[in-house]
Amino acid sequence: MDDLIKYAPDLAAGFLVNVKLSLVSSVLALILGTVLVSMRVSPTPVLRAAGTVYVNVVRNTPLTLVLAFSALGLSDTLGLTFSEEPSTNGFWLVVLGLSAYTATFVAEALRAGINTVPLGQAEAARAIGLTFLQSLRMIILPQAFRAVVGPLGSVIIAMIKNTTVAVAAGYLAESAFVMKDTFDDTGVSIPIFIGLALAFMAITLPVGFFTGWLSRRLAVVR
Amino acid sequence: MTEAGGSSPLVKLEAVNKHFGALHVLKDIDLSVARGEVVVVIGPSGGGKSTLCRTINRLETIDTGSITFDDQRLPEEGKALAKLRSEVGMVFQSFNLFSHKTIMENVTLGPIKVRGVSRQQAEQRGLELLERVGIASQAAKYPAQLSGGQQQRVAIARALAMDPKMILFDEPTSALDPEMVQEVLDVMIGLARDGMTMLVVTHEMGFARRAANRVVFMADGQIVEQGDPDEFFTTPRTDRARDFLSKILTH
Repeated sequence: MDDLIKYAPDLAAGFLVNVKLSLVSSVLALILGTVLVSMRVSPTPVLRAAGTVYVNVVRNTPLTLVLAFSALGLSDTLGLTFSEEPSTNGFWLVVLGLSAYTATFVAEALRAGINTVPLGQAEAARAIGLTFLQSLRMIILPQAFRAVVGPLGSVIIAMIKNTTVAVAAGYLAESAFVMKDTFDDTGVSIPIFIGLALAFMAITLPVGFFTGWLSRRLAVVR
Repeated sequence: MTEAGGSSPLVKLEAVNKHFGALHVLKDIDLSVARGEVVVVIGPSGGGKSTLCRTINRLETIDTGSITFDDQRLPEEGKALAKLRSEVGMVFQSFNLFSHKTIMENVTLGPIKVRGVSRQQAEQRGLELLERVGIASQAAKYPAQLSGGQQQRVAIARALAMDPKMILFDEPTSALDPEMVQEVLDVMIGLARDGMTMLVVTHEMGFARRAANRVVFMADGQIVEQGDPDEFFTTPRTDRARDFLSKILTH
């Protein structure tokens, strides 16, 4: 217990990084996932193929590899840098890898959502003269989102927990790494384990409750 | 045929063929619809009536032949096709109102997003149309809160909101409870009287007799017979039509 109190400021600073990674990555993953699913249902074969390949490749690659590629491949080898400041650069490389990875799960959840929207909705949209993008944006996706708020919540929860593997991108600021680092000095401390687990639950449980509530509230009545 | 004022037909299908896999659903269809004309298409299920109706706004593509609307060949895709569709209203068997939007939003979406009409104008016109079909008091509700007959009347108002040159009706009363059929037919009869060009796939003989200028009988992907509604129902010329009418009129 003493260890937990003693190292609490360090762990809290690390945990704050997890929270920041989660916030930024979830927004980007939702946007990119929406773009990906739009590609996958588009009438243009090239876009469809590109979306399918991206989702299948990235979704089936371990996150640690995606993160390592983000840092070692894109940044070190190909020279992609977000900032001269190493810790800021590291943060954004993790965000890049994490949102690129999570977006594939968002896209798949949304695709399941699109499948729940009756074909007649799209036909009616086309029949009044909406273009493909308009009907997707105004008719199909709003209903698809509502259908999969719950599953999207699970995707976001998984992503929040996945922020703890940021070390795979060489980024050492988040709490799980801080914890292991602390154990190197002090030996393993059960209270620290439990404290950190509870901190994650303090975020993920409300996400689950909130999305569950939201999905009931937004359900489209047919 | 009743060609209004000798002007060119609004819709003209020539030698149209379509297959669904091995099934030949439209066989060399020639059909034209004059401006202001009301054409009722009847015939047995699976005969290609709905498919025919849906080719006119290209919800179904065709394999060969040509379709012209308002003297222009149907565009294949993109903005030109969207524009064509905005000029051809469509009413579906299953209503297909946008489930996540209110009745008013259903009626104003097209005018606002496709035509660029201001929200205020679109809502004013929307209210007029909803009054015309008798649903103005339900404007703030969602589709699922309305009965089938009410939903279908909203769908007609949604089509009218685009000021279409023509409205296609694809079995508009087939999914309705019997007591709601008449309220929808009444609206359609009103439209026909006002001179709207209509192509209606339906089994409602009463509507055909009261409102149609012409009945087209389709079976097995072909137009078997067409003519004046009263003549068709009392003295059909083909065996196929006689057989069909005997089945639907005896029960």
